[in-house]
Amino acid sequence: MAELWLLLAVCGVATYAWRGLGVLISGRLDARSEAFTWISCVAYAMIAGLVARMLVMPTGALAETTALERALGSAAALAAYFWLTRRNLFAGVLAGATAVWLLKLAG
Amino acid sequence: MSRQALGQGAREAAGVPAAVLAAGYLGFGALAAAHDVPLAFALAATAVIWALPAQLILLEMHTLGAPFVATVLTVVLSSARFLPMTLMLMPLMRAERHRRWHYYVAAQLLALTGWTMAVARFPRIGQAERLPWFFGFALVCMAASVLATAAGYMIADRLTPLARTGLVFMAPMYYLLILTGGVRDRPAGLGLAFGALAGPLAYLAAPQWSVLIGGFAGGTLAYLVMRRRTSDG
Repeated sequence: MAELWLLLAVCGVATYAWRGLGVLISGRLDARSEAFTWISCVAYAMIAGLVARMLVMPTGALAETTALERALGSAAALAAYFWLTRRNLFAGVLAGATAVWLLKLAG
Repeated sequence: MSRQALGQGAREAAGVPAAVLAAGYLGFGALAAAHDVPLAFALAATAVIWALPAQLILLEMHTLGAPFVATVLTVVLSSARFLPMTLMLMPLMRAERHRRWHYYVAAQLLALTGWTMAVARFPRIGQAERLPWFFGFALVCMAASVLATAAGYMIADRLTPLARTGLVFMAPMYYLLILTGGVRDRPAGLGLAFGALAGPLAYLAAPQWSVLIGGFAGGTLAYLVMRRRTSDG
């Protein structure tokens, strides 16, 4: 059990190292510079890649849904968010989750 | 620190963002209970690591009996995304009146949910109000997640697979909507588009490195396309 807590401590420090390093370097970064624009592109691309991977090639509990269920769920979420409501996050997320839940229930 | 901006951020988090995180952390809590680790450990993991993918890796690898060093390396790799995320967000929150150490605390609170909402909201928040807004937002997110971890731990054996599927699907939907709804400038639009393509492709080639490789490849490509378009007029 002691090793488990040590593992958590080391992992916590390791995770924070990236965040702290970001703050340290960002002190010399101008928000209007070319380097900043490039880093923004990379940051957005990383997040988009992560979310796209979750939807296209899911792991864990999400993998219990089919590609069609996820596609229809995403469509329901986007439709509810952009068309049915004025960008209401709650409506969008709920529509997506409910759609997948209903598809699973029916299937 | 502006109390008003802090409260505003907290109010904005206490709704869909907190609910989506809660859904994810209910799952983490339930998994921790299934793996027989103490409740205190599950709660500490949420507060200390504050990154769901890294927490799941820690839990899974510990259960599998993976070597200490291998687990740490995998967690380090999965958290590398925090470097560009922090690098990008900090200059946007910069203001004369904030103390330097505030940014180091803010960095610990930074995670996917706060980052996506911050980049979407910042254009409409005054520069000096952004850091307090972020603190309010992120603290409510973390509090909700710690509570959800505890709740998930305690209801673990009563969660049906169907209920779990609905819960886990909330997170990708939330990020999908925030990201597509928050596109305002070219780095965001192109970065998201190229990243969405590069991420899954990189995953096929090298799963453990996919977030890094996909992000760097997709982001750099987006940057080059943007430069070319700008220079063409």
